[in-house]
Amino acid sequence: MSEAADSRIPVTVLTGYLGAGKTTLLNRILSENHGTRYAVIVNEFGEIGIDNDLLVESDEEVYEMNNGCICCTVRGDLIRTVENLMKRKGAFDAIIVETTGVADPAPVAQTFFMDDDVREAAKLDAVVAVVDARHVQQRLKDTKEAEDQIAFSDVILLNKTDLVSAEELTGVEAAIRKINPYAKIHHTERCQIEIGDVLDRGAFELDRILDLDPEFLKKAEHAHDHECGPDCDHDHHHHGHDHGHAHDHDHPDHECGPDCDHDHEDTHSVKSFSFTAGDLEPKVFFDWINQVTQIQGPNILRMKGILAFKDDPQRYVVQGIHMIVEGNHQRDWKNGEKRESRIVFIGRELDGAALKIAFEACVAE
Amino acid sequence: MPVTAPLDTDGFVVSATFLGDVAAFASGEGSVFFAGGPETQTPVHKNGLLCATPSLDGKSLITGGGDGKICKVSADGSVEELAEQPRKWIDIIAAGPQDSVAFASGRTAWVRLKTGEIKEFQLPRAFAGLAFAPKGMRLAASRYDGVTLFWVNAAGDPQELSWKGAHGHVTYSPDGKYLVTTMQENALHGWRLADSQDMRMTGYPAKVKSVSWSAKGKYLATSGAQAAILWPFMGKSGPMGQAPLELGVRGDSMVTTVCCHPQEEMLAIGYQDGMVMAVRFSDNARFCCVVRVQALFLRLRGIRRAIVWRLVLKKVLLE
Repeated sequence: MSEAADSRIPVTVLTGYLGAGKTTLLNRILSENHGTRYAVIVNEFGEIGIDNDLLVESDEEVYEMNNGCICCTVRGDLIRTVENLMKRKGAFDAIIVETTGVADPAPVAQTFFMDDDVREAAKLDAVVAVVDARHVQQRLKDTKEAEDQIAFSDVILLNKTDLVSAEELTGVEAAIRKINPYAKIHHTERCQIEIGDVLDRGAFELDRILDLDPEFLKKAEHAHDHECGPDCDHDHHHHGHDHGHAHDHDHPDHECGPDCDHDHEDTHSVKSFSFTAGDLEPKVFFDWINQVTQIQGPNILRMKGILAFKDDPQRYVVQGIHMIVEGNHQRDWKNGEKRESRIVFIGRELDGAALKIAFEACVAE
Repeated sequence: MPVTAPLDTDGFVVSATFLGDVAAFASGEGSVFFAGGPETQTPVHKNGLLCATPSLDGKSLITGGGDGKICKVSADGSVEELAEQPRKWIDIIAAGPQDSVAFASGRTAWVRLKTGEIKEFQLPRAFAGLAFAPKGMRLAASRYDGVTLFWVNAAGDPQELSWKGAHGHVTYSPDGKYLVTTMQENALHGWRLADSQDMRMTGYPAKVKSVSWSAKGKYLATSGAQAAILWPFMGKSGPMGQAPLELGVRGDSMVTTVCCHPQEEMLAIGYQDGMVMAVRFSDNARFCCVVRVQALFLRLRGIRRAIVWRLVLKKVLLE
């Protein structure tokens, strides 16, 4: 299996609303002088040409799996297309999937976990969303898809920043952060970005789950607390959550997502939750995570965790999409590294308080 | 002992077929390679070769490619272009009676008749597999949630056979009484066409990717387990209520490819680790462990070497 794992082709999924700049980003990636050959899967040959040798048109076809689970959906066309591409293995080094503006990213991602053949041949590297700074607020009000795309992403290009004022940009970023505090956000004009910030992210590799602090907190550790501004400072200081304290390196139990979201009118239904605890009882945890993903799977968009199990010298990492959960031992806890268990959920209509209680019930005696 | 002849190809081997006495290997990079004939290689498709199937007379190989072309390749290396659908990836192909060829890309399938006339068929979801009925110009198309049966030449509504889920390949039994699909789940689904009776064939640990009817259609041999699974189709109700044969059981490797002997009750089995074995139905006798190859055809691995294993097998069986 390890041999197969090494040779798997990385896949980057580009999402984003029509007109946000997906094709611009795609062409930027392709025109860069990086020596990597891409196979590009597009939904339809659009108006903007894509200059690439290996370009495949694929109609988005969402299949439900016959296992009684409504969220276990895959993209049948991707299974076929990846299978076909593998007949030309050697002609390309990586795959980029450009989805339509209204596509649900979950079936795309799940394809790379639920189909054995695809999983053997290719590995999902990251979901990248291109977001139009000027229009995204409206999109978020109008549609569920825009919210799903942001919630699901590992990397977000907040694009067309030149078309909005600084205040507008702050507001937009705050709106994105509320949905997904964990994605890397890059401000771009015409999708100008270092390719390394988009590709080879390893966002779904258990080995590369390093920490689960919200991105803006990490930033804040280096800069200063005004960096926190976009996410929480704007108009609801009164919640009294502990962002300020986050700057010490103690990683307090911040649940800014839910806290921020409760008390003001809000059109977003996707929220994120983060919980920390000490050493866990593995059996209790696995029973719970299996149950919670079975029952609440349709509402869980992404889940990640770094866990300390009782009497276990190694970090255990888990990640999930809807009902799919995978986990593995990662490495030994380092000297001086704080042994703690942290889990984050991004989802819709999740009961944060109940999840917190249940997670904390997994703590070893 | 059989003699094996290695053959290096430039790409992934999409299919291996005999055209008369010449072995033909369709390579994903776009060429067809030959062993045992006057030609060794002929380029066919510019943008990759995605599917290939022998014509019913066994004299040529019909191929579809990423260049949207459908070609007829003969053992002497000659290539005839039968049709072209620009910018489409032709990844499904079936050879039919009277030199007809069916092919599909996305939600459209076409049938090219001997005259060169092309008929078009549409489905609301993508075509997943195509098969001609053994008699009459009838085309079965597998799709999401079932199979659609089209009349190629006659007017009339297509017949729908429904079974929830994503269906892959489709095949008619040689007597035309049954239709079987492979599914996205580790299962087969079948219909008795006389009364559309459903038949579920389950219990596989892996997806079924290779199926082959035995001589006279008595059994349907399948991959997807650590043995070849053969469902009996000689009774009135097909495999229902009957246990399948399990041939060539190995504890350490999965069966990925099966191919029944055209006359004898024998089966060639290809395993994931590259072993090829010939097994007799009646006593499960393993005639020979023919050869170990690095990896077998149709595996999703970057292999660049194919072995003329059917050639070997034929030789063994004749002796």
